[in-house]
Amino acid sequence: MTSEHGPPGTSTIFDVIDVHYAYHDTPALTGLSLRIERGERIVLLGANGSGKSTLLRLLDGLYFPSRGRIEAFAQALDEEHFHHDETAFAFRRRVGFVFQNSDVQLFNPTVFDEIAFGPLQLGWPKSQIRTRVAAILDEFSIDHLKDRPPHRLSGGEKKRVALASVLAIDPEVLLLDEPTAALDPKSASALIDFLVTCRGSGRTVITATHDLDIVEDIADRCIVMEAGRVIASGTPHEILMDVPLLTRAGLSHVHLHLHGATAAHSHHHLHHDHHASAGGHHD
Amino acid sequence: MAEQSFVRHGRHRGNFLDRLADGLAHAVDHALEADDLSRRDGLLQRLDPRVKLGGVFGLILVAVFVKSLAVLAALFWLAVGLAAVSRVGPWRLARQVWIGVLAFTGLIALPAVFLVPGDVLFNLPVLSWPVTLQGVRSAAFLLGRSETAATYALLLVLTTSWPHLLKAMRAFRVPTVLIVIFGLTHRYVFVFLRVATQMLEARRSRLVGPLAPRDRRRLATATAGVLLTRAFDMSTEVHLAMVSRGYRGEPRLLDEFRMRPLDWAAVAGSIAVAAMALWWQA
Repeated sequence: MTSEHGPPGTSTIFDVIDVHYAYHDTPALTGLSLRIERGERIVLLGANGSGKSTLLRLLDGLYFPSRGRIEAFAQALDEEHFHHDETAFAFRRRVGFVFQNSDVQLFNPTVFDEIAFGPLQLGWPKSQIRTRVAAILDEFSIDHLKDRPPHRLSGGEKKRVALASVLAIDPEVLLLDEPTAALDPKSASALIDFLVTCRGSGRTVITATHDLDIVEDIADRCIVMEAGRVIASGTPHEILMDVPLLTRAGLSHVHLHLHGATAAHSHHHLHHDHHASAGGHHD
Repeated sequence: MAEQSFVRHGRHRGNFLDRLADGLAHAVDHALEADDLSRRDGLLQRLDPRVKLGGVFGLILVAVFVKSLAVLAALFWLAVGLAAVSRVGPWRLARQVWIGVLAFTGLIALPAVFLVPGDVLFNLPVLSWPVTLQGVRSAAFLLGRSETAATYALLLVLTTSWPHLLKAMRAFRVPTVLIVIFGLTHRYVFVFLRVATQMLEARRSRLVGPLAPRDRRRLATATAGVLLTRAFDMSTEVHLAMVSRGYRGEPRLLDEFRMRPLDWAAVAGSIAVAAMALWWQA
């Protein structure tokens, strides 16, 4: 496993240095440091309340650290950065964020408007927007939904539209907060397929999740968080094999269940394909 | 237009929570039904929303200012005809407009039948109140104008999806910020209806027997309070989602309407009808 800090390289996208953030009196991030390089596919792993979503919002310039510093594309990511249209639009053009709750993200009256929203705000020419929206509708196979209001979409369709609306601006960095949460297996599978295809595309993808089943498919590197800080970083294989680490991070648990016979016993559950070999060790 | 109460009354049985949940579900059904109607293959549904908005507004103005009952009646029957070719049945018009307008405006118009001085047609039995020709004409104008204007307005709403209607309003220089607010309201009213329904179902699953009136009031205010808190939280999240995609406080919208020959024909038709109506009464 790797340590997080050394001097930043030319390919560094985000450099997060000793960042603290609190919601009123409740700390969410407590001295978090990490570095993310261009083209990496990162998974942020952690239990509920570990600070994953807060970190994504900081990386998207929606929140700002109360202490510490974040650099994005070799520039300080602070409130000053967003005071000017030019720097703000340049950042928004490069970073897209898919929220966990699609209802929050789909605020336009129709799917067409939803996908056109980002390019419109960034001042693209209208003819280019129309072309881009048509291409995205086709790419995501949602052309038949373009006149539908979001409240008439299924959960899977909403997530697909939310992703399409963010990708309309073709961002270099894609942030996803619990993308497979509350999706049926087919919709989740389609989303994972997309994230798999991001490998080698040059796009940096940062996904917050506690779904260990998808990690090996969508990540080159895992960052494990606990109580608002990074406790480990490594390849998916390294992380998923480390049962004590996952247990400490609240990602593995022990519960009683039956194995065919009537006698109940307990062992670790990672909810992961390899959990038997990765140390589904019996207590 | 008849609108839905969130608490259903009448023949519907059940306790307060049942009726409240049923009322919420009915409100959603009502909106979805109207949305489906706007997607049917009818004449008005095929028109550019800007043409419909302008045409309907123009015809309503003519109906309001026209001084001939015959012209008013012709405009009314034109609306009924347009409804028929747009797959909006007369029963829907009667239920959503005519009965309500008749009850409400009729009550206002009724005194004019007796109070406006003029040629007496007959006297009411028992009360001996005189019914005058001028009074009847005055009441007929009020009622006819209201029914005609409301019928056109309902036709516009039923045959145009809300998003398209909002975009059409932009063509008439309605401020963008207002349109965005209307759009967001329409978008999130469904989210909150769903949240409210889920809250009521959760509460209902833990209740046995009817609620006392005091408890009903307490429940209603508690539900409203929770919804308000959730609305506030959600509005913060929605704002963040907008900011994340480049929103800087100035909303921008994209029009995708294109005028086709049918739309130009409708524009010409609306102008012709308005001109004929004004010429006929002159």
